[in-house]
Amino acid sequence: MTDMKRRMSKWADKSFFTVGLAATFVGLAVLFALMLDILSDGVGRLSLQFLTSFPSRHPEAAGVLSAWVGTVWVMAITGVIAFPIGIMAAIYLEEYAKKNYLTGFIEINIANLAGVPSIIYGLLGLGLFVRALALERSVLSGAATLAILVLPIIILSTREALKAIPSSIRDASYALGATRWQTIRHQVLPAALPGILTGTILAMSRAIGETAPLITIGALTYVAFLPASPVSSQFPFINLTGLFDAFTVLPIQIFNWVSRPQKGFSTNAAAAIIVLLAITFLMNAVAVWIRHRYQKKIRW
Amino acid sequence: MRGSIRLKERAIEGALFLSALFSVFITLGIIAVLVFETYGFFKEVSIIDFLTDTQWTPLFSEKHFGILPLFAGTFLTTAIAMLVALPVGLISAIFLSEYAPDGLRAIIKPMLEVLAAVPTVVYGYFALLFVTPLLQNIIPSLSGFNALSPGIVMGIMIIPIVSSLSEDSMHAVPMGLREGAYALGATKLQVAMRVVVPSAFSGIAASFILGISRAVGETMVVAIAAGLQPRLTVNPLVPIETVTAYIVQVSLGDTPAGTLEYRTIFAAGMSLFVVTFALNILSYLLAKRFREVYD
Repeated sequence: MTDMKRRMSKWADKSFFTVGLAATFVGLAVLFALMLDILSDGVGRLSLQFLTSFPSRHPEAAGVLSAWVGTVWVMAITGVIAFPIGIMAAIYLEEYAKKNYLTGFIEINIANLAGVPSIIYGLLGLGLFVRALALERSVLSGAATLAILVLPIIILSTREALKAIPSSIRDASYALGATRWQTIRHQVLPAALPGILTGTILAMSRAIGETAPLITIGALTYVAFLPASPVSSQFPFINLTGLFDAFTVLPIQIFNWVSRPQKGFSTNAAAAIIVLLAITFLMNAVAVWIRHRYQKKIRW
Repeated sequence: MRGSIRLKERAIEGALFLSALFSVFITLGIIAVLVFETYGFFKEVSIIDFLTDTQWTPLFSEKHFGILPLFAGTFLTTAIAMLVALPVGLISAIFLSEYAPDGLRAIIKPMLEVLAAVPTVVYGYFALLFVTPLLQNIIPSLSGFNALSPGIVMGIMIIPIVSSLSEDSMHAVPMGLREGAYALGATKLQVAMRVVVPSAFSGIAASFILGISRAVGETMVVAIAAGLQPRLTVNPLVPIETVTAYIVQVSLGDTPAGTLEYRTIFAAGMSLFVVTFALNILSYLLAKRFREVYD
């Protein structure tokens, strides 16, 4: 009897290996099916014309020009807003904050913000930027909304990067008479930079695919124009009025095309998804490359 | 000279502190916007109707404001997603933590991260145009928009969340506990099921709750593939509408600010925020507990 039992549990042990392997590969198999499906639907539609045309009523004439230009605009401004605030907040929490109730409260607050559904950020953007500050459905409203959305992710990943710097580096700097900020500025930050970059690029690659918050603030789904060019021919050669122009982004264009029943538009959606995924994966690859490269170089 | 350095240090610390405090203002901003518009909403609609009316038709001429059908849609898609994500995520976490050789782990973990990097609008496309037609071959009565297909796709999307956090907490279980069980003659599976999983329970529970919270807040997959018809049902084969999809539906139209229709999305958002907030705090506390036990 006990012999039988032992054999049973041996068998269960063996078969669990197979079950576990299968469960782990379910996700990967689906990912593979998804890629294959989208490539087979959309790759034939990819062309220079697709990248340089505005959306149109005729699927074969339509393109993603306004969508990808909008994505570049919104991402650039999102980064400009979120990077400094996120990194500064992380430096404070990791290097300065004393363990007290206020710090604990800020920490639990950031952890919670990271879990708030993205569409709630859209409602915040709608109530605050679009209405209260009267920025309308502009590039600036969209970027500010996404900046707030990625801020918790940037703070959390920057803190991890700072945590990885051993305290002996700081002690050595203090021993040479450096102040706290000098230590951070000249020792800690340069050493943590690759980690910070990796985290922020991953955060941006999350923002680039966000659809719901931008739909909520009222980003348009049909845009046949571009924001005013940031380069101008007259002094001072920079023109920021584009910030206040209406916009669309790649994910919204995809959503718009998916929602239409005609076959031609879903082909366009698949082609636009290839463009979006290419950008997303490229950003991820760069982040992983930076992490890999510097992990090897630095040994404490 | 020394005074000016000290002043500069003080100023920098102040600026850094304000940045950290900014995150608190974001939360306050969210709550302020939601409360302000929801208050306006409840001045016109009674809270009893909101919570008990079984119809949600704010965009029709005969208006009903019962949130139940929307939450039924959210509940249904979330339940289907968790039926997929919980078992698969947990088994995969046990496999990665207890069985998989280090080399395999090092390859699989980054690949699972790719799953989490795919934008949700892409999963929506996949649910509507690949999974639904596939399921219709098996279940002919399945409608073109339904809860089943986006639920399954959301579940797959959530697997990495469940498996990675669960695995972290299993990894934190001290080796000595496993060795003790092995010394008593236990197999690997017995060690995993009777020692590692119970010891890592709070971390695993935290990952489940985080997964649920993620499914409740998920928007694009359901907005694309589940249909936009609020319906009080547990039938996964017919079109439904979730809380999040309703917000998208109204945002796509041109609803003027200050109208009752405009305020409905804030009332819906407020309910969503309350639910996910409770889930997130619970998950945070559980995760913190498992860290404290073994650190």
